[in-house]
Amino acid sequence: MTTISEIPAGSINEALPTTLFRFATAGSVDDGKSTLVGRLLHDSKAILADTLDAVARTSADRGFGGEKGGIDLALLTDGLRAEREQGITIDVAYRYFATDRRSFILADCPGHVQYTKNTVTGASTADAVVVLIDARKGVLEQTRRHLSVLQLLRVAHVIVAVNKIDLVDFSESVFREIESDVQQVGRELGLGSDGISDLLVIPVSALDGDNVVDRSERTPWYTGPALLEVLETLPAADELESHLESFRFPVQLVIRPQGALAPDAVAAGLDVEAYRDYRAYAGQITEGSVKVGDQVSVLAPGQSPRTTTVVGIDFAGASLEEAAAPQSVAIRLADEFDVARGDTIAAAGTVREASADLYAALCWLSPKPLREGQKVLVKHGTRTVQAMVRNVSGKLDLATFKLEAASNLELNDIGHAQLRLAAPLPLENYLHHRRTGAFLVIDPLDGNTLAAGLVKDHPGDHEDERYSI
Amino acid sequence: MSTSLTEETQVTKAGVSTRLSSLDTLESEAIHIIREVVAEFEKPALLFSGGKDSVVMLHLATKAFWPGKVPFPVLHVDTGHNFPEVIDFRDRTVERLGLKLVVGSVQEFIDRGELAERADGTRNPLQTVPLLDAIQQNKFDAVFGGGRRDEDKARAKERILSLRDEFGQWDPRNQRPELWNLYNGRHTVGQHVRAFPISNWTELDIWRYIERENIELPGLYYAHQREVFARDGMWRAVGEVSQPRPDEEVITKTVRYRTVGDMSCTGAVESNAFTVSDVVVEVAASTLTERGATRADDRISEAAMEDRKKDGYF
Repeated sequence: MTTISEIPAGSINEALPTTLFRFATAGSVDDGKSTLVGRLLHDSKAILADTLDAVARTSADRGFGGEKGGIDLALLTDGLRAEREQGITIDVAYRYFATDRRSFILADCPGHVQYTKNTVTGASTADAVVVLIDARKGVLEQTRRHLSVLQLLRVAHVIVAVNKIDLVDFSESVFREIESDVQQVGRELGLGSDGISDLLVIPVSALDGDNVVDRSERTPWYTGPALLEVLETLPAADELESHLESFRFPVQLVIRPQGALAPDAVAAGLDVEAYRDYRAYAGQITEGSVKVGDQVSVLAPGQSPRTTTVVGIDFAGASLEEAAAPQSVAIRLADEFDVARGDTIAAAGTVREASADLYAALCWLSPKPLREGQKVLVKHGTRTVQAMVRNVSGKLDLATFKLEAASNLELNDIGHAQLRLAAPLPLENYLHHRRTGAFLVIDPLDGNTLAAGLVKDHPGDHEDERYSI
Repeated sequence: MSTSLTEETQVTKAGVSTRLSSLDTLESEAIHIIREVVAEFEKPALLFSGGKDSVVMLHLATKAFWPGKVPFPVLHVDTGHNFPEVIDFRDRTVERLGLKLVVGSVQEFIDRGELAERADGTRNPLQTVPLLDAIQQNKFDAVFGGGRRDEDKARAKERILSLRDEFGQWDPRNQRPELWNLYNGRHTVGQHVRAFPISNWTELDIWRYIERENIELPGLYYAHQREVFARDGMWRAVGEVSQPRPDEEVITKTVRYRTVGDMSCTGAVESNAFTVSDVVVEVAASTLTERGATRADDRISEAAMEDRKKDGYF
């Protein structure tokens, strides 16, 4: 495996286009998470000389590594002054590095403070999440909590990095015991065996770099890939979802220039007459794919689905024959329906009736607790509607995976609730639709985001077992 | 799905043969964000300086609304110390796209005594007041910026939609969690939102995109001959507002700019990158960050960007 290190002049343009892979890290400072992130950035040559010099100076000032010296890689992810002053990590930080095969977006999620909020945020867009475990400590309650949240959020790939393997003398038996514990937790949760996710366990030393970028000779008993190899080869969520799911397209806005055509497009020879009555629906495909000629249904509130045909897929002057998630395009339809922002265009016959009753798991992210009877806003796709919290049916004990009785939810709680919506929405089970099954709960008073919502069931469905843990 | 680490899946059921490239994915994400902001806000504007990131932003906006016009004005905070060729580029671009240009002028604020020139002559930090004034005067409720998270550690923690209070301040401790691709832009009267659609792009992504899309930039991004002198470890252009001290020797060098800001604090780098392909190769092999190499204002302190952002800077 190669890294970006030295790209010979002239070769970069010939190289195959890289793809994008998003992953998050979960764990605490004590697990060596900052060191692992620093190691990935450092060994993949993502850290430039001026940054590395600054880190080396600070390391020396603080006497890192004793007599021997060395660079404290954790400093590479050192945060804001506001954080350093208080010795805490406030927030998810995004970092970037690339290899020959892929560009990576890393959501570095702090562990101790508000771990649920940060893990939920990082995991919501991640193709994979790396969970750290200290080899000396094994599976802790926090590990169980992390894995539980990742299962709930349907993260496709969960990678458990058993770190500080050097501090247990590269012991195979220690690793195997932790591996077995992780898989036991995975079985309890359905993680890795639910047909949606997979679960990998890798022994690493972030401090020395074993099995981070390259396979280590010090763990001869481990024959699997190094962490970066895994990240380079796992399929991204979009690839997996385009197999599973049908076309979904929330309409963002209508493009209808009515003569106000872009001067640069006109100067480039756009046929002004042909575009006089142009009307297309702009949005980002959230799931599946669409072709010209496909039958689609337009879902709008208060109306039964209307079926029509896709006659054009446009993108900035190019006419596409087909497009797939996550492309942003503009779609033209055969019939002149009154389609507006907030409506959804979907593959015909694949969406059930819109519903005003919403059964959901809520990850509560606000210091303001949730109360029964509370009025909130629900943002789903490109539509925001008013809603009322009918009842809270319980909250999850993330360590035991049991549902406990509860009538309100507080910061970092994950619970089940029923909401009544002011207008029906085309809701789908989050388990099978990571985009159309997700929503935000927003405070109508100050506009702040209160919760991440996962649609549990369509009314009338049997309770899904995975969510009734 | 099994725990297999074999080859990447290339063929989907629908027959779409390959995954989007990373550039296409980033482009699609940025266009989605631009459209969300236009749909949800009353009066957006785009910060346009003629710098490469803002040029890419404007290019993305033209693609998002094709064949219609870009449906918002552009806003430039002119320090009065801008490179003349960049101002010329700005005016030509605005003309070509039929846009309205709003200018906030640092010079006018200094002339009126509402801002004081700094001892070091740098005007970049002075842009905040005219920026906030222009936002307020024009009632802009969303302002697009070309900020990228790979530029700085304060930016690394900023949201794609970043809420600012009545004073334009950013509160890093009180940010809304940003989940899936659902952006929450709700704000109260007096607040506004800064939107950063290219948050996830790196400097190399920007250059590869400029190359792929054949986007025109001000000429000073490419290698050219220029009279320069050395100061603070950077090559500074000789110009009206950037004069060498007696002990600073003026020489002619082949240089280019990696960032284009205020002449008084932006340095040039020695370079033989005469074309966009040359620049892509140079950036890929560079060992210095773009701000570290070329911006005196970010060297003021370790938390320079964090402090400026809290005060309402871009």
